[in-house]
Amino acid sequence: MGWMRAPRTGGLMLLALIVAAIPWFLPNNFYFEMAILVGINAIVAVGLNLLIGYAGQISLGHAGFFGLGGYCSGILVATYGWPPALALLLGAVGVAALAFIIARPILRLKGHYLAMATLGLGIIISIVVSTEDWLTGGPDGMYVPPFTLFGWELYGEAVWYWVIGGLLLLAVWLALNIIDSPVGRALRALHGSEVAAQAAGVDTTRAKVRVFVVSAVFAAVMGSLHAHYAGFVTPTSSGFFHSIELVTMVVLGGMASTFGAVVGAAILTVLPQLLSGFEDYEMVVFGLILMLTMIFMPQGLVPTLARVCKRRDQRASPIPGVDEVDP
Amino acid sequence: MAEFLQYLFSGITVGATYALVGLGFAMIYNASHVINFAQGEFLMIGGMMTVSMLGAGVPMPLAIVAAIVLATVVGLALEKFAVEPARNAEVVTVIIITIGASIFLRGLAQVVWGKEYHALPPFSGDTPISIGGATILPQSLWVLGVTVVVVAALAWFFNRTLMGKAILATSHNRDAAQLVGINTGLVLLISFGLSAALGAIAGIMIAPITLTSYDVGIMLGLKGFVAAVLGGLGSGVGAIVGGLILGITEAMAAGYISSEYKDAVPFVLILLILFFLPNGLFGVRGTERV
Repeated sequence: MGWMRAPRTGGLMLLALIVAAIPWFLPNNFYFEMAILVGINAIVAVGLNLLIGYAGQISLGHAGFFGLGGYCSGILVATYGWPPALALLLGAVGVAALAFIIARPILRLKGHYLAMATLGLGIIISIVVSTEDWLTGGPDGMYVPPFTLFGWELYGEAVWYWVIGGLLLLAVWLALNIIDSPVGRALRALHGSEVAAQAAGVDTTRAKVRVFVVSAVFAAVMGSLHAHYAGFVTPTSSGFFHSIELVTMVVLGGMASTFGAVVGAAILTVLPQLLSGFEDYEMVVFGLILMLTMIFMPQGLVPTLARVCKRRDQRASPIPGVDEVDP
Repeated sequence: MAEFLQYLFSGITVGATYALVGLGFAMIYNASHVINFAQGEFLMIGGMMTVSMLGAGVPMPLAIVAAIVLATVVGLALEKFAVEPARNAEVVTVIIITIGASIFLRGLAQVVWGKEYHALPPFSGDTPISIGGATILPQSLWVLGVTVVVVAALAWFFNRTLMGKAILATSHNRDAAQLVGINTGLVLLISFGLSAALGAIAGIMIAPITLTSYDVGIMLGLKGFVAAVLGGLGSGVGAIVGGLILGITEAMAAGYISSEYKDAVPFVLILLILFFLPNGLFGVRGTERV
């Protein structure tokens, strides 16, 4: 049964079961919409977690890539009449190229300097899209037509749910595989100590650039799909606050935990809806929850809970410590 | 020429504010290696508290003192209840905590003071003074004067007092400072209080020129962060020079290139500088220990 416990199989199967079961519990379209948004955010967070959680590189500008994807789809499809799939692909390739070009100078920076540079990049993108209104519709955003593929239109909450759900499983599977590959081990090595990783023969620059590009592409593709799903795209999608939300999903769920990123995305997407009842106090409560969670669970939710469960497990098992032998 | 002077004046005025915020970032970074993303909220608290005290009929000097005290208390509380408990957490975790704190404070301000923009009356009239064909507001002189006084006071504090020297020692080497008997916990607390007071002063000084509201802290805070990084994180002189460079560049770009992209200027500038000088202008090129 050991393989069932490995995250790559057991965890993925559990996630698939949850994705398949959720629609039975969703009473109406509003909840479907929430679930779809959770899925979209979760995929971005899973990609960002590769960069933050595993490689230990902070990005406070990933919403910029998300927004670029969305605007690329919006402009090419709505204004120039491109097929949506082609626009999505070009958005992904374009963002990958941009991320690749800026990755080398940016990822040379460390800690807070890196945070500053990525933050600046994100803010520049969001200012550009809200200023160039002849192209992007300015601060009000722009209309984006529905997603069609070979004449088939992606329409209705249920269809979107299954598409995003499937993509989420694909994204998690990809991330788990990357983590278990030599690239993933290189990332973890450089997270521990970059100099030591270099001494051990890891091309740290290459590893960092690669994971930066991968996480940017995750964000761009989801930005495109989100724009098609919502029917519009606005500068807030690429703004500083959205970048912060994405990082928070990763950190809250648990850094270096792919399923943590999914849980973090779910919480941060649903929480504002739950808090909307607080009206004026929404920001106060949100800020408080954020602070308290990080103060009392600095490792994030999933790793902390996993440790608690493990401890309880050990207490229950007749031979203490037997769980630790299990791979 | 008059035009250039005009841009220069407004650039130096805003730049002085950025310098004060940047100094606040540098101080906290030195004491704890934490970037306090709630730094901008101290400016907001300073400006908004002064406005609301004035509204309650309190005379201006008293209102200003009350605002600085309130911001300082908030800064101390932030250190004690949010940053201190997370001392051993990863950098990004602490960043999220301070971001949570800034959202919390902004939300609180919005509940207490509302969402409107408020103007603080200038300290000594608003008759512009004409210099070389350009005009400068009396308030700008206040900003510059107060900044000079504050910087001089800080220089005295860090070089001449025991506590100041203790803070400097802690920023150089925390463990060594502890070994010679410095209470590094107290140093951290004082750094937060001091940098909150600095932020409040900056927020009050600039409020008559740029208006204040519950959300002014976001952009001002981020630009102060740019100023601190521009000069090289942790360098006091760097933060001041960085703030002035930032303010002047922003004003020049807004005047000569495009006012729409005014807010993007600091970020373009910082990206360009970091591409060529990864440790900022005055940053120490450190070596990493394995």
